[in-house]
Amino acid sequence: MTEKKIRVLVAKPGLDGHDRGAKVVARALRDAGMEVIYTGLRQTPEMIAEAALQEDVDVVGLSILSGAHMALTPRVMDLLHANGQSNVKVFIGGIIPDEDLQRLKEMGVTGVYGPGSSTEDIIRDIQSAMAG
Amino acid sequence: MTISQSILKGDRLALARLLTKVENDSTEGREALIELFPHTGGAHLIGVTGAPGTGKSSLVNQLALHYRKDENKRIAIVAVDPSSPFTGGAVLGDRVRMRDLSGDPNVFIRSMASRGSLGGLAQATANVVQIFDAAGFDIVIVETVGAGQSEVDIARLAHTTLVVEAPGLGDDIQAIKAGILEIADILVINKADRPGVENAEKALRSMLDLAHPAERVFRHHGTYMSTSMPKPGASSNVWIPPIQKTVSTEGRGIPELTQSIARHAEHLRLSGGWAIRERTRLEVEIEALIHEMLMNRFREDVPAQRYEAMLEQVLQRNISPWEAVRQLLNGRLQ
Repeated sequence: MTEKKIRVLVAKPGLDGHDRGAKVVARALRDAGMEVIYTGLRQTPEMIAEAALQEDVDVVGLSILSGAHMALTPRVMDLLHANGQSNVKVFIGGIIPDEDLQRLKEMGVTGVYGPGSSTEDIIRDIQSAMAG
Repeated sequence: MTISQSILKGDRLALARLLTKVENDSTEGREALIELFPHTGGAHLIGVTGAPGTGKSSLVNQLALHYRKDENKRIAIVAVDPSSPFTGGAVLGDRVRMRDLSGDPNVFIRSMASRGSLGGLAQATANVVQIFDAAGFDIVIVETVGAGQSEVDIARLAHTTLVVEAPGLGDDIQAIKAGILEIADILVINKADRPGVENAEKALRSMLDLAHPAERVFRHHGTYMSTSMPKPGASSNVWIPPIQKTVSTEGRGIPELTQSIARHAEHLRLSGGWAIRERTRLEVEIEALIHEMLMNRFREDVPAQRYEAMLEQVLQRNISPWEAVRQLLNGRLQ
């Protein structure tokens, strides 16, 4: 019997071209034993939701440095719901002003990580979200 | 409605979830496979293998685009990438090259980690392919992990195997070595706009001249299994792998490649090779299951302490591994 692996989609919605952070996180999650599906730059919310469905992921990680998180995040969340994937946990990394944190949480985002966050925190939070 | 019924009705979320269950080898997954099996056998299974960086994913992207636009077929893609041997984690990055396909509801891409399997596929890949087949996809493309020389499992799974090369990767000694080139039904030289393409083609061409007509013979559990067609000298029965040059970033050479693939499928049907490959594939699958079942029964049968004690004996050089196995199996599994 094989154990259940945590499957994570790491995606970069929007138009900013900085994927260093997303790659660092992808690598760290790999080293924590997760299966990370990396989709690359400039994904639309539709592309992300579609990939999340086909890959049957447990977690979607969005990397957003453009400032468009308040537009992109709800769109991704809505599409996940529409596809029957309300169980998928959404995490966000990037440049997110403090005043947006509360509203993102209210949308159902599980965790938000700004500059300087440690990958250990992200891993721990994903693992506990999966356990809970 | 059972999960298999939902899948047969075209429910994509049910399909995705079943794939996970089958990957994890769950009981529910096995049940569904039993229900779905009668619906399989309709798809053309195309394998794509080759060294890392030869452009397999981009090629698969172009193939699928072509099949969608020109032939209006439903396409499933299974893309396998390696798992870390240390942590068991994986980064599955093949989708990065397949973004042209997103948004098309008739293309379904699934990434798989190899999970410790060494033949270029994951253990569950054959079952995942079966599910896509049952779900009514016309073509299932399986992309292996970046393969070196002996990751040849794909040839036992696919009807048509593409081996992808790129200029500058090896000389003609590489080309005459046993292994991956032998399994090619079609040889693809991708990145054919790069220097060195003539040399790569020459090396492959000379390899083919030496090799044909060849039988496809697999060593399997010590016995040789041949998938050659019955060929009493009829030269038309022998398939000589064509060499196709492509530039998959631009889509060059793709229509010609798909024509070769279609010709190969046609050849298999006419020569009886299709049935032989089906037989080989299912036989390999049955044997793998027997393996697994026997192993499980052995584990249930032999207490872990006894096994550990025996291992210790071998470690101390008191007995040989052969002797240990003889003692462990003594009187069991009958």
